[in-house]
Parts: sequence; C-alpha cells; structure tokens
Amino acid sequence: MPDVVIRKVVTCKEEIHHEFGPPADKPLIKAAIIAVITNPFAGRYVEKIMHFMEDLKPLGLKMATQLLSILGDDRTRVQSYGKGAIIGTAGELEHGALWHAPGGYGMREVLGGTKAIVPSAKKVGGQGVRLDLPLAHIDAAYVRSHFDSMEVGIADAPRQDEICYILGMSLSSRIHNRAGGLATADIKGEDGLR
Amino acid sequence: MKVNIRKIIVQVEETRIEAGIDINPPTRKAVATAVIANPFAGQFKDDLSELMNIGAELGGLLGEKCVKALGILPQEAESYGKAAMVGENGELEHAAAILHPQLGTPLRKAVEKGAALVPSSKKMGSPGQALDVPLGHKDAAYVRSHFDGIEVRLNDSPRANEIMIAVAVTDSGRPLPRVGGLTAADAKGKDGLR
Repeated sequence: MPDVVIRKVVTCKEEIHHEFGPPADKPLIKAAIIAVITNPFAGRYVEKIMHFMEDLKPLGLKMATQLLSILGDDRTRVQSYGKGAIIGTAGELEHGALWHAPGGYGMREVLGGTKAIVPSAKKVGGQGVRLDLPLAHIDAAYVRSHFDSMEVGIADAPRQDEICYILGMSLSSRIHNRAGGLATADIKGEDGLR
Repeated sequence: MKVNIRKIIVQVEETRIEAGIDINPPTRKAVATAVIANPFAGQFKDDLSELMNIGAELGGLLGEKCVKALGILPQEAESYGKAAMVGENGELEHAAAILHPQLGTPLRKAVEKGAALVPSSKKMGSPGQALDVPLGHKDAAYVRSHFDGIEVRLNDSPRANEIMIAVAVTDSGRPLPRVGGLTAADAKGKDGLR
C-alpha cells in the first residue's frame, strides 16, 4: 500500500465583515485546509487506484479535525462545506476523484453526520494554480444563501508528481445574501436537498 | 477614525518535507491580511496621518492574528515582514503611510522585542495579483537562515478603492538553511542587525 507522504499543509481563514453593504453583526468566517501529498500514480497509467482511497481516509479525518479547530472547535456552528483537488501535471484528473470518499467521510465524521452532498471541484494544474472551492449547506443542498466558494492555491504546489487535497467549511451564508430561494429556517433536513 | 475593514484572511503554511528531506519540526509561517477601504481613493491628499493611524491599528491586530494562528507565545516568533498593495484609485504613498510610521511598534509588541527593521514591500495592484511579503529575523536583520518570503493572493482584493495590508510572522527560518552567514544562535539581538 502506498504511504500518504505530506510535503506541506496550508490553512487559510477568511473573516468577511462586509462587501460594501451594511456590516453584519457577526462576520462571515470560512476556512480551508490544503495538504500537498506525493501522487503515488504520477508519470504512468495505473488501472487499479481505488485502494488509495482507504489510505487517504486518516488524512481526511485529520484535515477535517484541524479545519474545525481553526474555526473554533464547535461543530454546531458549521453551516456549509466543500472539497476539492488539484492534481500535478504528471497525474490525471481521476486521481483527484479519489478524494470524494475520504474527504467527505472526514468532514461528516467530525461534523456528526451531515445530510447534504459535499460539493466539489477538481482540476489538473501547475504550481500556483488556483481552485475555486465550492461551498454549500451541510444539511440541505438547495439552501440558496449558502451557495458560495473560496479561492485557494499555493505558490509552490502542486509540483508535477503531487496532489493538493482540499477541504473547506464556513460558519454562515454569503455576507449580504438576498437572492431568495430556500432559507435555512425552512430546511426540513431529511433528504439532504431541502 | 476606526479603520473600515472589509475582510481579514489568515494563512498558515507548514513545510514538512523539502527536497525530499523530512523537516522535523516543520517550519511554519503565518500571514494575516486585512482588506480596507482607502479613505483617500481618487483624491490627492497631502496629509496622510489618517493612514498612519490605520497602520498603528493594523500592526497589532495582524501581528496578534499571526501569533495566534501559529499557536505560539509572542517570544517564540522568529521572523517577520510586512507589505501592502494599493488598488488603482490610490497612490503608492498610501502604502508607505500605513506601513512605515506607526505599524512597527504594535507589531513588535505582538511578537515581543523585534529589535530588527521589519522588512517590507509595496506595490499598486488589482484583484488576484500576488503580493510577496519579505521575511527577516525579528531581532537581528543579518541572520541569513531567516531571509525568506511568503506570497498572498486574494481573488477579490484589492478593489479600486481598497488597500491590502499583510503582516507575516514565522516560528522558524527556511527549511534547509545552508548558505552560511550569521546564525540565529550567534545573534546578539541588541542593535537589530547582528
């Protein structure tokens, strides 16, 4: 089984007070964590890659735990989440898809069983490439106020034979949300959608 | 006047492997960035004292954010730096007014001591541009292992009427320093140079 070799970990926390509208009582706080790891499949086509998902599970849990701690260690305050991957150019997009189970599992575990799908984005890119990490409500995917994103990236990653695996969480909606749609007050929270 | 802050972003970068060699303990740098309204956007003002006061407010705020994000005691900080990027309706001198007259004293308080000059850089720029914050040892500017930098890049900042101000603090030097010069162990830390 290939080891998960981490070269660096980068965290980023944003605190948004206003976007030229009335300042909110409490700022919007969102954060992301990026782990830069060696891509065990770089430089060649490997047919069977599913086993690496198992190897990544402890990483997903560790990253989700660290992310929650940056946000104040209170899982009841987390309202939206997202995940992503950037694959270095000696890898393939499919290597990013390996993050779906471990990344989602890690966040659901630390947040105590959320209902909605974890929105995701992935791409192949060079060092310094930016990824728009999608964010959406943790229990009801259609909550319009919580559709958001967060741009992340690292100047020296991913190198060709690396992958950046990313998780993001937010404590509230867009700062001046007023575009209607399903509101958090009206969530049923049964099917993960509404 | 209190500074109008739109957002604050705190990033932490932890390097665990460099050139294939384990870095134990990992080197860690933090950078805290505030995006503020430029009170003098679109106009020439001879007296920049309002921006100098903003610098005083941000030096402490951002310095403390970095120390907190690194989870260290103030005296454990090893190097620091500062930088600003001014949106297109401002003037380079606005960056100088924030960075130089008053930002240093409260920053030094946040990292305890800080005998050395705080290395700095400034530029005019637009959203998404990279701002490289220079880093140098906080008590002895000639410590060669601690000359470094960290990049900040925000997709939505600075807007035309905004200024981005970044303060960086580390608890370590470069991961694998081996180009000689004054070492941190040999630094006296009295005159700010050696």
